[in-house]
Amino acid sequence: MKRNTLIRKGILTFSLLLMAAIMVFPVVFTLSNSFMTENEISRHYPSESESQQDNAHKNSFIHLKLIPDQFSFEQYKAFFVKKQSFIDKEQSNMKFYGNSALMVIPIILGQLIVASLAAYVYGKLKFKGRDTLFLVYMVTMLMPFQVTLVPNYLIVDKLGLLNSFGAIIFPGVFGAFGVFILRQFVMTIPYSYIEAAKIDGAGHFTIFMKIILPLIRPGLAALVVLLFADYWNMVEQPLIFLDDPSKFPLSLYLSQIIQDTRGIGFAASILYMAPMLLIFGFAKKYLIKGIQLSGAKD
Amino acid sequence: MKIRKQLNNDGKVAAFFLLPSLIGFALFYLIPFVMGTIYSFKDGAVGGSFVGLFNYKELLASASFLKAATNTFWFTAINVPLVIGISLILALCLHQTVMFKNAIISSFILPIVVPVASIVMLWQILFDWNGTINLWMVKMGFSQIDWMKSDWSIVVVSLVYLWKNIGYNMIIFLAGLQNIPKDYYEIAEMEGAGRFFKFRQITLVYLTPTMFFVLLMSIINSFKVFRETYLIAGDYPYDRIYMIQHYMNNMFASLNVQKLTAAASLMVLCILILVFIFFAIERRYRKFMS
Repeated sequence: MKRNTLIRKGILTFSLLLMAAIMVFPVVFTLSNSFMTENEISRHYPSESESQQDNAHKNSFIHLKLIPDQFSFEQYKAFFVKKQSFIDKEQSNMKFYGNSALMVIPIILGQLIVASLAAYVYGKLKFKGRDTLFLVYMVTMLMPFQVTLVPNYLIVDKLGLLNSFGAIIFPGVFGAFGVFILRQFVMTIPYSYIEAAKIDGAGHFTIFMKIILPLIRPGLAALVVLLFADYWNMVEQPLIFLDDPSKFPLSLYLSQIIQDTRGIGFAASILYMAPMLLIFGFAKKYLIKGIQLSGAKD
Repeated sequence: MKIRKQLNNDGKVAAFFLLPSLIGFALFYLIPFVMGTIYSFKDGAVGGSFVGLFNYKELLASASFLKAATNTFWFTAINVPLVIGISLILALCLHQTVMFKNAIISSFILPIVVPVASIVMLWQILFDWNGTINLWMVKMGFSQIDWMKSDWSIVVVSLVYLWKNIGYNMIIFLAGLQNIPKDYYEIAEMEGAGRFFKFRQITLVYLTPTMFFVLLMSIINSFKVFRETYLIAGDYPYDRIYMIQHYMNNMFASLNVQKLTAAASLMVLCILILVFIFFAIERRYRKFMS
């Protein structure tokens, strides 16, 4: 009996580890390949057109390779040095990194402020029509981006934001997701805390600053991680609102790097996901908490 | 009297605190949403006249819309049960004491933060006509499959969806499992209940509210696979993975506002119906539980 459970546990652990390995494989593979030389990459992974030609005489397959022949930082160096030419001027790869940061950071900071204020209202204050209004927030949160494409475009155009980072930042700041997540955290704060503060003569602003904000700090951290994961990876919005490819974020631009300069694709991918991985490493706890509360019943 | 005064007071503060959010939300979400619905009944976005259901008739007669809608439907119908099943099994496995538990959980949620654009190269290496998967296929005596340009493409996109979404659902299920009081199981055990009985009568019953949420989120997220498909296969991918969002994006590019807004409104209608069905079932379920 005891032996049986031991074997069962062993098999269970093994299969879980195997699945876990599959989940992290894309990252491990990209990381290890980012240390290959450009030469090895082009030798090893011919681009599609080249492999089609090979196809004519004999099948030469692309072998997945995990360990580089020769360990080098060549790709990383090239990523920082190489310039991409756009219609009239040259751009360094770093510019796209900057583009991404210039869009994502204001979105996160803005949404933290706007959403925490709103979350306090939806979570702790009572007024007529509150729940209906909140339901409207939730429903729009569920809609895919494409649903409001045309009117959104017209409004952004009217505001003179088209083809500027503002076209991405402002809709991002007012997304309902932050309100939803932070409200879940606000709801866990007992009313008695607020009552006690009121008796001491604290106004709503003091309550918000001194009680709510400190207590939902884990929620703010969770929101930062979730927003970062979402917007660092954005594709739809820049595709529609930005005409000028030199304004593209790294997420869109990366596919171009991979097509044009395949040799540095892996290092570019790693540099692209690096901020995400760092945040994940430091704030995994909050990410999990945020996800859990997003599913908690109110 | 006191309560009423309190409410009034709250109302003013609420309005003040909510103002920034409300203005932005209205401007970038609510107004576009209403405008979009109105456009879908007009023959032009700016200054058009009302044409009733004409746009919808046109839309439903369009072959590419029907194709996109069917693809999206099947993608969701197949992948949502899959993702829920897998993540529930994983959560059940990880709910007991397992070695390396933390490392395993971390591995499963890692894909949430890994941008899809950064694994496109791996995808090409694996699923190219001369890719590594086909190499293995040939070695095992099968013939090569054109993964991205055949009906198999939906399998490839499904893999990305599963990879990305399993961790999120698993975490929510794990939280749900932790909330089931332990004594329920102890009582059932004392009564001599078997493992299967305990799973069906306790675990599944108490996990139902969580299940509703996971189901809804998984469906919503399955509507968002456009991002993944776009990065892997571009604007006009193989027929089988041409999703409703591709259709909308392409209608936008070709400035066909009527079809786009009609398609969007139909999609909104579908999502609303789904949400209301979920709420109705959940309410009934809650009554039944208490």
